Amino acid sequence: MSPLLSVRDLSVTFPIRRPGDMPWTRPRGLRAVNGVDFDLEPGRTLGVVGESGCGKSTLARALIRMVPATGRATWRGETDLMALTPSAMKRYRSEIQMVFQDPLASLDPRMTLGQIIAEPLRTHRPDLSGAERRTRVAEMMERVGLLPQMINRYPHEFSGGQCQRIGIARALVVEPKLLICDEPVSALDVSIQAQVVELLRELQRDLGLAMIFIAHDLSVVRHISDEVMVLYLGRVMEAAPKEDLYAAPRHPYTQALMSAVPIPDPAAERTKRIIPLKGDLPSPMDPPSGCVFRTRCVRAAADCSEKVPRPGDEAHRVACLHPGPVREEERAGAAPA
Amino acid sequence: MALLEIDDLSVTFDSEDGPVHAVNGLSLSVDRGETLGLVGESGSGKSQTAFALMGLLARNGRAKGSVRFDGHEVLGLPPREMNRLRADRMAIVFQDPMTSLNPYMRISHQMVEVLRLHRGMGRREAEREAVRMLDAVRIPGAKERIRLYPHEFSGGMRQRVMIAMALLCQPDLLIADEPTTALDVTVQAQIMDLLSELQRELGMATILITHDLGVVAGFCERVTVLYGGRVMEEGPVDPIFARPTHPYTRGLLAAVPRVDDAGGRMRAIPGNPPDMADPPEGCPFGPRCALAGPDCRTMPPLAPFEGARARACHRPIEEVRA
Repeated sequence: MSPLLSVRDLSVTFPIRRPGDMPWTRPRGLRAVNGVDFDLEPGRTLGVVGESGCGKSTLARALIRMVPATGRATWRGETDLMALTPSAMKRYRSEIQMVFQDPLASLDPRMTLGQIIAEPLRTHRPDLSGAERRTRVAEMMERVGLLPQMINRYPHEFSGGQCQRIGIARALVVEPKLLICDEPVSALDVSIQAQVVELLRELQRDLGLAMIFIAHDLSVVRHISDEVMVLYLGRVMEAAPKEDLYAAPRHPYTQALMSAVPIPDPAAERTKRIIPLKGDLPSPMDPPSGCVFRTRCVRAAADCSEKVPRPGDEAHRVACLHPGPVREEERAGAAPA
Repeated sequence: MALLEIDDLSVTFDSEDGPVHAVNGLSLSVDRGETLGLVGESGSGKSQTAFALMGLLARNGRAKGSVRFDGHEVLGLPPREMNRLRADRMAIVFQDPMTSLNPYMRISHQMVEVLRLHRGMGRREAEREAVRMLDAVRIPGAKERIRLYPHEFSGGMRQRVMIAMALLCQPDLLIADEPTTALDVTVQAQIMDLLSELQRELGMATILITHDLGVVAGFCERVTVLYGGRVMEEGPVDPIFARPTHPYTRGLLAAVPRVDDAGGRMRAIPGNPPDMADPPEGCPFGPRCALAGPDCRTMPPLAPFEGARARACHRPIEEVRA
């Protein structure tokens, strides 16, 4: 079976003008996403994690062609989404839908819930009659746990969790094959986060959806994903089936990231020794030579500044010249209180 | 005597749709040098409790009840005295350092101003002290970077500047209101490390307001769980995390997935948080609670049990071992 989406060497470069540049100066390029590869099978979930500025949201935007990108993104083994003209792309937009982070800001405040969920149908399924459209909207609302009497209400009348349900309904009403969720639960309260994640899992099971789940919260990603990809400064650091990645991370960045996540268990949290990152995130305008992570890496050696490590193509990919399990001396000396 | 004693605190906001009861009869105390976690979801009243005791409520907010700091009543103090107390004895660090630092002023200017006003230092001395404090929060190159503007720092560095400013007058009580919520996890780990180190060194009492149970587990000795402006459960962190007895505490702990747990359960609490303009009768968690019964229409009192613990629940979970 060919993958649903096969991405090769995807890169996004933003032109940046510096203050004082003349109009004819060529803008410098900021590589927000740099040579990302991955395959996504139908019905599976790819989790994308990384800290701010790692390019995870830009990657999502590139896939739906909201920002210009280079490279290939092959859809169902036949079409390269990156090579399509905007009008040819429109056909695929109903197959790839997106759910955004800020539930309220992503809904038009002047449309009712019913209008919001019906809008994608008007665009992508003009062949449907009004009655058919209404039936589909009603079905979708029930699926995501919205009550029928809510249909004429406006977004501001709903809580954050409910708004996110509306966003999910709007995305799924056109029966996409792939749902891209960009931090769908990070704006929600803990008890509501669990509701939305459970809803997404249930919908995925029932509808056979593939998902790209972008989040900074490694615990939530572990819960929902089949595969996980870790990004840093636009590059893939490590990618592997979930259990491999969480049980035995091999990249020092993944290891540092995981060690920093607080655990809701006082005894474990007090004795935990994190792997500290050195310094600050380098400017993406001027990334380090060789491995982009080397300036902050506990394991950095001389060759790290010369060679760019490639992730390889095994199931567990690691873009590191010195991969391997955590060494005890890499952890912080004193246990955090 | 406890350093801070809050007794039956209520905070009400007047709004166009009638009063909103953000905090309802909340009592808690903090000893000298103690770390207390104030945990709750949005609208639980955790931030408004802090604002009330710092005298920072919005203009349409009113606080009733009693807040005693070091034995003296704080509620209703004239602004002058409140100002002095705020600078010298208690300080607050907010979630978003960018909105709490003046973007038009160099860091040096903002820090020196505080020291001259509250500690009567001369310019030279104040500047030395400010640099020393930035060193203490481990900002590399503090001597040069003190001349920078807030926007020239990264998010984590800005939060370090905020902490340095809060500690300038060596407060007895530090309130940290979601200090790491806007930061990446690796930066969060550094900031929490720094806070607990400074807390131990300076021996100041700290109230950590957060929704993140993991952060509480690492930093706090005691925890108070809020819901609907009331205390649901409180006590030392270890037994509460190991054996939560209030259905809300248990629900909250079960809703958070753990990064170190392969099973990764994430059990949702059904329903939505209460609308504080129209709060439910009795226990605010009642409408979402699986164990609720008719008796939950009256608010249970916060009753002590197991020594240092207390909870407000008619139907606690006693036997369950997490």
